[in-house]
Amino acid sequence: MTAIEYNPTELLICTAARMMPDKTTAFIGTGIPLLAAALAQRMHAPNLVPIFEFGGTGAILERIPIAVGEENTFHRAVAASGICDIVETAQRGFIEFGFLGGAQIDRYGNLNSTVIGDYHHPKVRLPGSGGANDVGSHCWKTIIIMRHDRRRFVEKVDFITTPGYLDGPGGRERAGLPPNTGPYRVVTQLAVLGFHPETKAMMLLATQPGVTVAQVIAETSFELLLADPIEENPPPTAEELRILREEVDKERFYI
Amino acid sequence: MKILESGSGKLIQPPDIDAFREWNRQKSKELVDKRMSEAEAVSRFIQDGDYIGTELYGTVRCPMSLVREIIRQGKKNLRLAGQGVMELDLLLAAHTVKEIDLTYVGLEVYGVSNGLRREVESGRVETVVDWSNASIAWRFKAAAMGVPFIPVRSNLGTDTFRHSAAKVIECPFTGKPICLLPALILDVGLIHVHRADKYGNAQIDGISGFAAEMARASKRLIISAEEIIDEEEIRRYPHRTIIPYYLVDAVVHAPFGSHPGEMCYVYRRDEEKIREWVEAAKTEESAQAYLQKYIYQVPDHQAYLDLIGRERLESLRYSGRES
Repeated sequence: MTAIEYNPTELLICTAARMMPDKTTAFIGTGIPLLAAALAQRMHAPNLVPIFEFGGTGAILERIPIAVGEENTFHRAVAASGICDIVETAQRGFIEFGFLGGAQIDRYGNLNSTVIGDYHHPKVRLPGSGGANDVGSHCWKTIIIMRHDRRRFVEKVDFITTPGYLDGPGGRERAGLPPNTGPYRVVTQLAVLGFHPETKAMMLLATQPGVTVAQVIAETSFELLLADPIEENPPPTAEELRILREEVDKERFYI
Repeated sequence: MKILESGSGKLIQPPDIDAFREWNRQKSKELVDKRMSEAEAVSRFIQDGDYIGTELYGTVRCPMSLVREIIRQGKKNLRLAGQGVMELDLLLAAHTVKEIDLTYVGLEVYGVSNGLRREVESGRVETVVDWSNASIAWRFKAAAMGVPFIPVRSNLGTDTFRHSAAKVIECPFTGKPICLLPALILDVGLIHVHRADKYGNAQIDGISGFAAEMARASKRLIISAEEIIDEEEIRRYPHRTIIPYYLVDAVVHAPFGSHPGEMCYVYRRDEEKIREWVEAAKTEESAQAYLQKYIYQVPDHQAYLDLIGRERLESLRYSGRES
């Protein structure tokens, strides 16, 4: 079989889509997680229930929303409520997966989307938490999707917008966050990473197609744990790419 | 109750729930015709320095005709709660804002806006306090409940908490840390709805964002509506009323009131006009030129709609209920 070409965004979407099981709930923002959810609904997870912050529950993702409160977030949905209902649903344990992005991440999966530099005199002011802190506090497992380089994978984030494992094992529980929650996977253009069950430190689980372990280590500012063995992720399939390009994002808004 | 940690952010609007009760007691419960123009509603009910809030946000069922009127009247030193996309960006560009309880500032798919940065660097915006989206909605919920705070499990352990005005206490029932959010009582709330009667009884289709909570957290409430309907319609389907009339001070008939944003089941967002702002927002000069063209040189919402053009607006309409 000849290799099919794909771009880094398509790779991220396909990798994230494979992580979404059928018959479960996923708190979705816009962008890559949304396209991943739409792809998963068409592939292996027709009963995936996407949940959108401002009130959409169980939308059929036939049309791609470009804003988290817009009509397509509750297109043919089972319920249209409001933000308190949605985040309270997460707070009482109904939402399994949550998707997050960020400008910086550390070894414990703490995320910064607020400022680069000093909070009061920032080098760059980023959008802020939005719903990120809520998703990262309440969902059982969060999946973080971001670009992988040394400026983003840092020893210490400039600002913890959204909690990962905070200062390590037991950190979330000490802070009062719900037990047994936290970052589950980090998906990048170079790798899929997880967190060590005891130390809660980030661990390289699989490389993306054609990427070496050395490359992943070189693009990470902190010391990565290495799984044994480290898998190699299969590339996007022809079927995944066809559905993504011809059905999910026909207008190529994202890909 | 043992306080474990206090956020260092300023509590811009300290909650006085007893004063809020007194305020609500004296509010008229009479069914009177509250219809008026944007100009009258904004000049009568919004004062310089007021703490205001808008719902839903930016490009989705947002009271944009009211926001433009606030800018047109040159309101000053406003304090506000921002799940801020386009509405906050416009208010910032027009130099109307002094303090913000902020959850998000940016233009979603179009990236980070530098409007806030310009206003902070100029010193016109004096205070920015960061919160999560649900934290602001829950602060409204606490006010709506008539209590001074609400316990939640967001924010714990993060800098989002440390820079907020929340507190973490030891829960008196479980002994675990829990975050307390102070109630947020608005001087003025602004909500755009699908339809309302002349008294202010209002209905929203689709997701309701945080309209129910914000309406009940507002001392004064301005409703703008796509459609004004007969009181009998309200009384036939009372379960559809999300905002009862006694909360409402002004009812503004504003067709396409959310433009260039969308109104679910009624019209789509106007991508080209949103992009026009995204481009204009990049520099102070182009932002001011945009405000001139779409706000200062346009006397009212009808004139704004004329400027956008009837044909263009009609092309945004959903043909029947597609969803």
